[in-house]
Amino acid sequence: MLKSKTFVKKTRSGGVMKVVREHYLRDDIWCGSEVCTECKQDSTVLQKDACIESSLCPYPHYLVPDTNVVLHQIDVLEDPVIRNVIILQTVLQEVRHRSAPVYKRLKDIIHEQGRHFYTFTNEHHRETFIEREPGESANDRNDRAIRVAAKWYSQHLKTPESGPDGLKVVLLTNDQSNKLKAEETGLAVYKFDEYIKSLTGNPELVDCLALSNDDKNEITSSKVLFPEHLPLSKVQAGIKSGSFLQGTFRASRDNYLEATVFVQGEGEDSTEVLIQGLQNLNRAVHQDVVAVQLLPKNQWVAPSSVVLQDDGAAKDDNVDEDEEEKVLTGPLTETARRATGKVVGIIKRNWRPFCGMLNVSQIKESTRHLFTPADRRIPRIRIETRQASTLAGQRIMVAIDGWPKDSRYPNGHFVRSLGGAGEKDTEEEVLLLEHDVPHQVFSQAVLSFLPKTPWSITPEDMAQRQDLRHLTVCSVDPPGCTDIDDALHCRELENGKLEVGVHIADVSHFIRPGNALDKEAANRGTTVYLCGKRIDMVPELLSSNLCSLRSNVERFAFSCIWEMNHKAEILKTRFTKSVINSKASLTYAEAQMRIDDANKNDDITKSLRGLNKLAKILKRKRIENGALTLSSLEVRFHIDSETHDPIDLQTKELMETNSMVEEFMLLANISVAQKIYDEFPESALLRKHPAPPPSNYDILIKAAKSKNVMIHTDSAKALADSLDVAKVDGFQYFNTLLRILATRCMMQAVYFCSGMDSDFHHYGLASPIYTHFTSPIRRYADIIVHRLLAVAIGADSTYPDLMDKHKQSALCNNLNYRHKMSQYAQRASVAFHTQLFFKTRGIINEEGFVLFVRKNAIIVLIPKFGLEGTVFFNSKDKASPSLVFDEEGPSLKVEQHTFHIFDQVKVTISLDDSNIQHQKIRMALTEPVIPGVSVPAPEAEPQAKKQKLDR
Amino acid sequence: MAGLELLSDQGYRLDGRKATELRKVQARMGVFAQADGSAYLEQGNTKALAVVYGPHEMRGSRSRALHDRAVINCQYSMATFSTAERKRRPHGDRKSTEMSLHLKQTFEAAVMTQLFPRSQIDIYVKILQSDGGNYSVCVNAATLAVIDAGIPMRDYVCACTVGFVDETPLADLCYAEESGGVSSLALALLPRGGQIALVQMDARLHQDHLETLIEAAMTACKCVSKVLDEVVRQHLQETSVLSR
Repeated sequence: MLKSKTFVKKTRSGGVMKVVREHYLRDDIWCGSEVCTECKQDSTVLQKDACIESSLCPYPHYLVPDTNVVLHQIDVLEDPVIRNVIILQTVLQEVRHRSAPVYKRLKDIIHEQGRHFYTFTNEHHRETFIEREPGESANDRNDRAIRVAAKWYSQHLKTPESGPDGLKVVLLTNDQSNKLKAEETGLAVYKFDEYIKSLTGNPELVDCLALSNDDKNEITSSKVLFPEHLPLSKVQAGIKSGSFLQGTFRASRDNYLEATVFVQGEGEDSTEVLIQGLQNLNRAVHQDVVAVQLLPKNQWVAPSSVVLQDDGAAKDDNVDEDEEEKVLTGPLTETARRATGKVVGIIKRNWRPFCGMLNVSQIKESTRHLFTPADRRIPRIRIETRQASTLAGQRIMVAIDGWPKDSRYPNGHFVRSLGGAGEKDTEEEVLLLEHDVPHQVFSQAVLSFLPKTPWSITPEDMAQRQDLRHLTVCSVDPPGCTDIDDALHCRELENGKLEVGVHIADVSHFIRPGNALDKEAANRGTTVYLCGKRIDMVPELLSSNLCSLRSNVERFAFSCIWEMNHKAEILKTRFTKSVINSKASLTYAEAQMRIDDANKNDDITKSLRGLNKLAKILKRKRIENGALTLSSLEVRFHIDSETHDPIDLQTKELMETNSMVEEFMLLANISVAQKIYDEFPESALLRKHPAPPPSNYDILIKAAKSKNVMIHTDSAKALADSLDVAKVDGFQYFNTLLRILATRCMMQAVYFCSGMDSDFHHYGLASPIYTHFTSPIRRYADIIVHRLLAVAIGADSTYPDLMDKHKQSALCNNLNYRHKMSQYAQRASVAFHTQLFFKTRGIINEEGFVLFVRKNAIIVLIPKFGLEGTVFFNSKDKASPSLVFDEEGPSLKVEQHTFHIFDQVKVTISLDDSNIQHQKIRMALTEPVIPGVSVPAPEAEPQAKKQKLDR
Repeated sequence: MAGLELLSDQGYRLDGRKATELRKVQARMGVFAQADGSAYLEQGNTKALAVVYGPHEMRGSRSRALHDRAVINCQYSMATFSTAERKRRPHGDRKSTEMSLHLKQTFEAAVMTQLFPRSQIDIYVKILQSDGGNYSVCVNAATLAVIDAGIPMRDYVCACTVGFVDETPLADLCYAEESGGVSSLALALLPRGGQIALVQMDARLHQDHLETLIEAAMTACKCVSKVLDEVVRQHLQETSVLSR
């Protein structure tokens, strides 16, 4: 081992400081190639016959990309065609320094065995280490280091037996001067795009190429469209002095020329700055962190109420902007004006690959096309592709490369195709990607932590657990459920008291903290249920087999056992890890039948009856305490088993047994929450539901008033009581509608760490403390709660992250985010299936109720389908009827008829597929008949619909 | 900005060492003629000078004398130019006092003090350049100086720091590693018997990992002891050749 030292000088704020670091050079770093006989390596990564069909390099070769190639062309490198690549340490470190996401992706490729990516630690190798020469910049030194390493490799691999066609090393760089210098030393060196274009076997890779700087000049005219962004140093100085504000850029969904920047102030006071017009938006993209400068007060404007979509043919860059801007300026009242600003600099881009569709250019031979993202807040992106004809009609993913100041649109490149638009699989993929739901198959690393099958219970396991196999435990779930995570039992004790047990799948026994499986589950956060599909949080072996508490098999459980009297008062609570053997897996309907069937008297039925009796008492007590029973319509699709298309749709029914299971789950959650909070006041993971601000209830109170019903919202109890008595004769659905409205007034319930917050109250359940314990198979929060509880009862050991409130709180943030996104994805999935359903149905006439009244529309709820839709009264192509909106009612007078909340109406429902990317359900009024508005006959309908009716 | 990657996937540390490898250790004994014993030791870029006086009669207050063994008096100091930013005072601050105390405890465990009742042994250590592992370098240098002074010891006292990164113990941390948020542990060992003279740790570490960490530290200390042993033998050979 050889040793040498480098001296590095570093300056830090205030002064000059000399930092001396040791740098050891070694002769035991191997080249990692199968061909090599010199190196004494145990395993090799690079293959002997490293062939890619390339017209430039017909011989087998290894690739050595330089830093910029990795940074900009990671999409290409990720393609499985690219193999046998040497990543130099110099490159890896530079990438790490410059872009964390690219670094992560690069590491993922390196870890993939089949890809044959080898990391060569050239900086510590005796023969490839170079020192920076005087006057040489750090970048130049790194470039030289890369050349030296490539040179070393090419000489090292030149063995006698490999002839002239032997293995070679090909350096890939986009830097002209670097390329020249490399050629001087006799290296095989190509530009990255040259090389990729030479791959005769895989022409499609060319589209993945990111546009490099010199290409951009060709693509756009020389006219400068946007003001220059300020350099970061100026931006920071500006923010410090207060002349600029820093915030997150949020593009408007409805108007592409408008956006708001959300400026996070100290504590509660945050402001929003309005930005209008292309120039002022200045190339910021949704979710970027930007610096904005406020305009003088006299230039402040009001948010426009116009819906504006950037569509039509690709506008040339020299299009007259005035024309675009004109639409914006509406009438300005002093009060409506808001703080308005312009973007002066981008602090951090938050670009991700976007899903969407290609607008094929009108010119047939053109290779440049515009791409329209599915998310309306993202601008259209210009990409270059030769496969436009195949990609048209497909959903594709595109990444943005940059947005030069002389280009109307950002430039990007094609990443991959997701499949045909409108197809179920494709659309599911799109909605998962757009909602950021991790849905890849589990990696090998994750699967390696699964228990070995066939799995059996060992005597050691038994010794640590209580044997509850003799108990008559059963589970009650929706039909078709395979991830059963809860089971119940109830029996009478000798002292006349009742013993009730809730047994929860012991997932934390299989998922140990900190391993890849745990990390993956923590990242996924929750299982996502789409219509007819489930995106698991943990691999299927666990979710549907080893953890699932199926009947007649022995399973590990975490049990919460209470001793209760017949008044459902808890006398004793006990938690234990156990082994159970469920006697039956029932559906809600089956369980209900057993309870109702007086002839049945077996143990399971008795146990169910006992549970049911207690649950009713518990529920009554809970409601007396002020818990809310809210309502939202959930629909369920009957899916055709062959085509997986929805064939029927019904709203979910609730049975007594539903609430029976729910009641005990709530009880278990509350008991556990209390226990872990007592034990770990600083680091317990709890769930809270904040009380909504009183103003949230305005809409509810107004709506009820219109029917002469008073709603009190002073407390949860008052609300619950007044909802209970709210009834209108001859209008049975009124109460449900009110509850639906009340649900909309609520806040989101969130996970939090007890050490970081002081308000624990759960408003909806009227419980002072609450957590999630009962579904560890599908929620990660429950796994953490299991671990905390296991430590609290001494059944498991702790680990540092569990007790760290900051880490815990970071985890909560992720869980809350994933939870929210999964709900959105679920809703989107239901919406998509509803569309599929109506696609096959044509037009349907249904009865509905007015749920909200807006300025130009009413929102109608169809109880039969749980579907909500908007009926617009003004459309683009015809004169709008006279509309009078009364905010106090709220009511809307259309011509002669006045609409109030809760009015009963009849509508026709159909699918509007004029825009294939955004299909939507369209509703039109049929009753009450208003001339010129309602649609008694096809003539009065919008274009898309007419065609359908004719058919 | 990403922090430093302390251990790469290939198993190399910042300076190119592997997890268990020590920095290069170089040492000389008998560097001063006036002192009873002295030594100079470099461990990578950390450099220390140790001087030993004694055993001699108690100086200063005689009341501190112990009737059954010698008193060990340690003083630790750092040269003002030893760190990247110039130090204000070379010794007497809190950190130095604590370090002096640790050294004292370490050597009380190793030196056979009962042979010299009512006397005193002075050990002065100065760090000339600091690049991590100050305590262990001081202990190693002082050991050589004590040996040079001819004071009987139970065994060499060898010390080494270990850190814990990505479930792997790293031996002999340099400054960049120490300041990179690693929980580090310093351990002084009497290698032949495997007795621990001192363990010191300020950072948080999960209990499960402690054993592996101590294990790694002991192996590292044994490596250090081999080097020190060689230095002593070399030194003896040189001096005896001269005296012949």
